[in-house]
Amino acid sequence: MLQVESITKSFDGFLAVNDAYLSVERGEIVAVIGPNGAGKTTLFRLITGHLQPDEGRIVFEGGSIAGLRPFEVCRKGISLSFQVVNVFSRMTVFENVQVAVLSHQKKTRKLFSHSGRHGIAETEEILHNVGLVDKARRVSGSLSHGDQKVLEMAIALGNRPELLIMDEPTAGMSPEETSVTIDLIHRLMQELGLTILFCEHDMELVFSIAHRIMVMQHGRSIIQGPPDEVRSNEEVQSAYLGGT
Amino acid sequence: MQRGPFSWKTLWPYAAVFAALLLLPVALSRFYVYITAVIFVTALLAMSLNMVVGHGGLYQFHHAAFYGVGAYTCALLLVKTGLPAWIGFVAAPFAAALAGLLIGWFCVRLNKLYFGMLQISLGSLLWAIAFRWYDLTGGDDGIHGVPIPDAISTISSSYYFVLLVLAASVMVMYLIYRSPFGKTLQAIRDNPERCEAVGIHVRRHQLLAIVIATFFAGVAGVLFVVVEGSVFPDLLFWVLSLEVFIMCLLGGWFTFAGPMVGAAITVALRTFVGTYTEYWTLILGVILILLIFFLPEGVMGFIIERTRGGESEG
Repeated sequence: MLQVESITKSFDGFLAVNDAYLSVERGEIVAVIGPNGAGKTTLFRLITGHLQPDEGRIVFEGGSIAGLRPFEVCRKGISLSFQVVNVFSRMTVFENVQVAVLSHQKKTRKLFSHSGRHGIAETEEILHNVGLVDKARRVSGSLSHGDQKVLEMAIALGNRPELLIMDEPTAGMSPEETSVTIDLIHRLMQELGLTILFCEHDMELVFSIAHRIMVMQHGRSIIQGPPDEVRSNEEVQSAYLGGT
Repeated sequence: MQRGPFSWKTLWPYAAVFAALLLLPVALSRFYVYITAVIFVTALLAMSLNMVVGHGGLYQFHHAAFYGVGAYTCALLLVKTGLPAWIGFVAAPFAAALAGLLIGWFCVRLNKLYFGMLQISLGSLLWAIAFRWYDLTGGDDGIHGVPIPDAISTISSSYYFVLLVLAASVMVMYLIYRSPFGKTLQAIRDNPERCEAVGIHVRRHQLLAIVIATFFAGVAGVLFVVVEGSVFPDLLFWVLSLEVFIMCLLGGWFTFAGPMVGAAITVALRTFVGTYTEYWTLILGVILILLIFFLPEGVMGFIIERTRGGESEG
């Protein structure tokens, strides 16, 4: 479904991503792990078009998406849920998701019909799926951090993506919120048949839900494989798992 | 959430105000009727600016340029051609929108302050044309004695014409404000990066918003010609743009109707305080400082917050 080959990105001479590779097959959950500064977020932003690669190929569903702008990548079927909460803070929870639904339905340029008549059922379904129905009319800026992270995910779902990329979905969450979010990711994958690519520091989460794991260090991909293979890899143990 | 755009709950205060305004020429002297018409023209200009500033989050720093393009197009067509007046009235907003499209096409490639700076530069070019091209525009003298059709040439008849056009324009703007496009525009204002990430072509939407806003600025320009019967380069000067920007801030730029309140306050200040002192802008400045500290959401934003218990309008 997604192949990243020999991708490189540098900032002022610093190689943030260096000859990295990654593959994601339809229907699987792939995790990217690595120490802080390993290049995980940069890699995701290269895939989603927020950054342009210096070299390398990014192929999605057989077509190159390297160099496309974020809205073009999104229209190909890839949605990003941001690491730092990135919602429409003055709008309600409902409107936040509705905007993504309207975008998916190509209705954002409708000028003379009421927005309350478009994308309602789809938006309500997503809010129901993620458990934010009760807070639909609240202004998103007033939500707790955990709820905003879930809303972040709900917005990404508004585009009915084939591949959902999540940059640290449980960052900043309490243990209770983290466990609810893990259940949510499991459920979304089973019910919506989503393919998920995510990065996360919570190893319990990573090893419990990922089908395959790619490990990054200093911008390079060390290994990509099933959790057991990654866990037993010596290079990974010394680089990241601290020998455990 | 399935309410129509014109629910009675939201419409009745406006309907009541409109009915009162219809009766105004009967109750007030010609001077006050004229001043109210000027407020209407300015209110439409401020409303059009707020579409892009308040709802779109764009730094549209030189909106008056498009007001001037509308006014000059109308005046030139009425003075220099034998075409029926309505052609001038209809062509002017389209000319303003075309100018908006051309200038906006360059500006949307830049962000925030850079957008605003480029727009001031390009808008000032239009001002320079109006100011210097004597043969066409009359230079700094402007164009006076524009022949207005008899039916709308008196103060009270022009008042009704302006009121009706304002009401129709505001209704169309309200439709757009509540439309999927309006919602998308507000989302772009809040977070353009996120909008791109959900598949929205941000620049294209911003450009469309600019074209619509400049169209209505052109309509306001036509109304100015109808009320004043003349045009002059000050209509395209950046100082007027700043004044209109302040009106949006004063009235509440996150609200729909706020800019009309801001326009009414500013024009009233200019007219009534301006008769006592030429430093009326000093009072406007003090009001603005107080506003920033005590009513950061503007007059209308404050009223809405009070009446709806904190729930935002729309």
